[in-house]
Amino acid sequence: MLRSATPLRGMTDRTLAWLFIGPTILLLLAFNLFPLIWTIILSFTNYRANRPSAAISGVGFDNYSRLMNDEAVWGYLQSTAHFVVGSIVLQVALGFALALLIDKKFRGHSFWTTAILMPIMLSPAVVGTFWTYFFQPQYGIFNYIIIFFSGVENFTMLGNVNLAPWAIILVDTWMWTPYVMLLLLAGLRSIPPYIYEAAEIDRASGFRLFFRITLPMVMPFLVLAVLFRLIENFKMFDLVNQLTNGGPGSATELASINLKRQAFEMWRTGYSSAFAMLLFVSIYGLSNIVVRYLEKVKQR
Amino acid sequence: MTVKQLSLVTSALALGLMASGGASAQSKSLTLCWAAWDPANALVEMSKDFTKKTGIDMKYEFVPWPNFADRMLNELNARGKLCDLLIGDSQWIGTAATEKHYVELTDFFAKNNISMNDFLEPAVEGYSTWPKNSKKYWALPAMGDAVAWTYRKDWFNRADLKAAFKAKYGYDLAPPANWTQLKQVAEFFQGREIDGKKVYGAALYTERGSEGITMGFTSAFYAWGARYDNPNKPYDMKGFINSPDAVEALTAYKALYDCCTPPGHSNAYMTENLDAYKSGQVAMQMNFIAFFPGIAKDPNVGGEKTGFFSNPNQKTAGATLGGQGISVVAYSDKQDMAKEYLKWFAQPSIQKTWWDVGGAPAHKSVVDAPGFATSTPYAQVYLDSLKKVRDFWQEPSYAQLLQAMQKRVHTYVVAGSGTAQEALDGLLKDWTEVFKDDGKL
Repeated sequence: MLRSATPLRGMTDRTLAWLFIGPTILLLLAFNLFPLIWTIILSFTNYRANRPSAAISGVGFDNYSRLMNDEAVWGYLQSTAHFVVGSIVLQVALGFALALLIDKKFRGHSFWTTAILMPIMLSPAVVGTFWTYFFQPQYGIFNYIIIFFSGVENFTMLGNVNLAPWAIILVDTWMWTPYVMLLLLAGLRSIPPYIYEAAEIDRASGFRLFFRITLPMVMPFLVLAVLFRLIENFKMFDLVNQLTNGGPGSATELASINLKRQAFEMWRTGYSSAFAMLLFVSIYGLSNIVVRYLEKVKQR
Repeated sequence: MTVKQLSLVTSALALGLMASGGASAQSKSLTLCWAAWDPANALVEMSKDFTKKTGIDMKYEFVPWPNFADRMLNELNARGKLCDLLIGDSQWIGTAATEKHYVELTDFFAKNNISMNDFLEPAVEGYSTWPKNSKKYWALPAMGDAVAWTYRKDWFNRADLKAAFKAKYGYDLAPPANWTQLKQVAEFFQGREIDGKKVYGAALYTERGSEGITMGFTSAFYAWGARYDNPNKPYDMKGFINSPDAVEALTAYKALYDCCTPPGHSNAYMTENLDAYKSGQVAMQMNFIAFFPGIAKDPNVGGEKTGFFSNPNQKTAGATLGGQGISVVAYSDKQDMAKEYLKWFAQPSIQKTWWDVGGAPAHKSVVDAPGFATSTPYAQVYLDSLKKVRDFWQEPSYAQLLQAMQKRVHTYVVAGSGTAQEALDGLLKDWTEVFKDDGKL
């Protein structure tokens, strides 16, 4: 038998609702909003976390102005853009191809689906570490394959300033293409079969089926995949940190890698807070554009 | 179980926990923090004597080298109580003293007859004092160290290789006396087939993330006699850090990297160099002397197969300082006990044991003792190196100065971008900005 809820008697629905959502709101304020506001405040100071006894003073927009006028920062943003665009293009293209393949019924379907999904089950730091072994010039399997087919001697991927940016794209693509595939597979499975049947009765070619039915109907899922990967790769840290640590030189020094260096190795807390804000605004702006496009696609 | 029984059990458990907590709070123990490597394991063994004599238990927090600085500096900045004693890198002493992370030990040393004159001067200067050239001490020299070299003595002694080398270069194949010879020896071995295996010249420090390539390049920089700033006008760096000698040293380091390292040796520090050497890939490697006891005993390359030499001179003598001092952490609640440990550690007999178990003391009673230089195959190298060591900046801003150097040197040496002059001019610009921010320029 249920006991009567005596202590709660007299509470309005509104009070009860606040009681339930209150802790969540408090947690959000403590772990999301407060750090954000604190970072904004720090970005206008000369504060250094390793010099707590030094005087802290406001520097106005100095940190932002330094950031904008620093050629190196633009270099890091350029490396980030190269990484983000390169990896997303490859992941979407390969993910779509794999999704189309997995969407068909064939022998060992479940086995292959699970096998393809395995990379996303690994930790990025682990992936970064074992790919450094794959790329190892003397015994790495990747290098062995390249040398076997090309005959090039002393091929090195991570130590080459032109190839290292492609190495991080390659590894990220290896790891995250299955994730894009999964999202696009959901899109493919959501297309009602009768649409294809009707188009086939009208003798539409495979080409037309793909561009008139498959692609438009999968588009919301595709844009969603781009949005997720855009956000993730813009703040990519662990995998690249493990693979190249930003090198050679600064060839793969993504914005997030440099941000960590500024904040926790060089201890320029004020400056790095400004840098973090710049990245936050960039990700927010880019995501907003993609979200708006997603809304448009969904309305079609 | 009734509610009453349940509450009784819970209360008993809570009391038990409180009692055990109280007991552990009363127990005498110290936590010592250091990097996770062979000397730390030796210290664990040696410290059992301290526990036996004082009844103070020793606990340890050892962090792998790649994360050591991050982990420990974060701990200090957060005023954490994890470590009572910290064996910290020499470069940290400026920040640690300025921010009072370490307890000043000057008076403690004086009261307990621990004289810094009993320790080698470069070690005291490198590990203990701040400001530099002062008599203010913040650490006891714990682990003397410098970058030096190991070489494959068995390969160097082969008659066929000796003859081929002499025919090519006109002098005997031997541990190089200067950087010019170092490059020639490395070139000689590069790509050579020995016992059916292709080998390479030398394993250099090229690591980008923490301090690797700086520790490597400065080995050349000091040997060329270059300086960071004007000895008569501190922080006046123009014409010093980018002097012709500095440029020559950087050019030579890049040439050595380009000609004579194993393929893909582009992000290598202590571990990678050890791996390359122990696996028989290279004829020579640069590494900290702290690793030499392990190499001397290694089943593949130890014993008679390996020889050691200190960093070759070029225009002058110079070697990069490694090593650490041991400090009492200011946020520890057990500072008195921690000082007891320092008193125990500073004793000549303990310093002697420290050498015997694989540590590297800087106590003169040990290093000046007859027979020390021949006590191990690398003891003479240790002595020679400590006489000529120089350290990186130990300023409170050392991390910024270090990161700027890492980037400039790696960009030139490994990425092959720009010239040595451009790299060092850029470094001058970066460092000037750091010191301007600090109000020192």
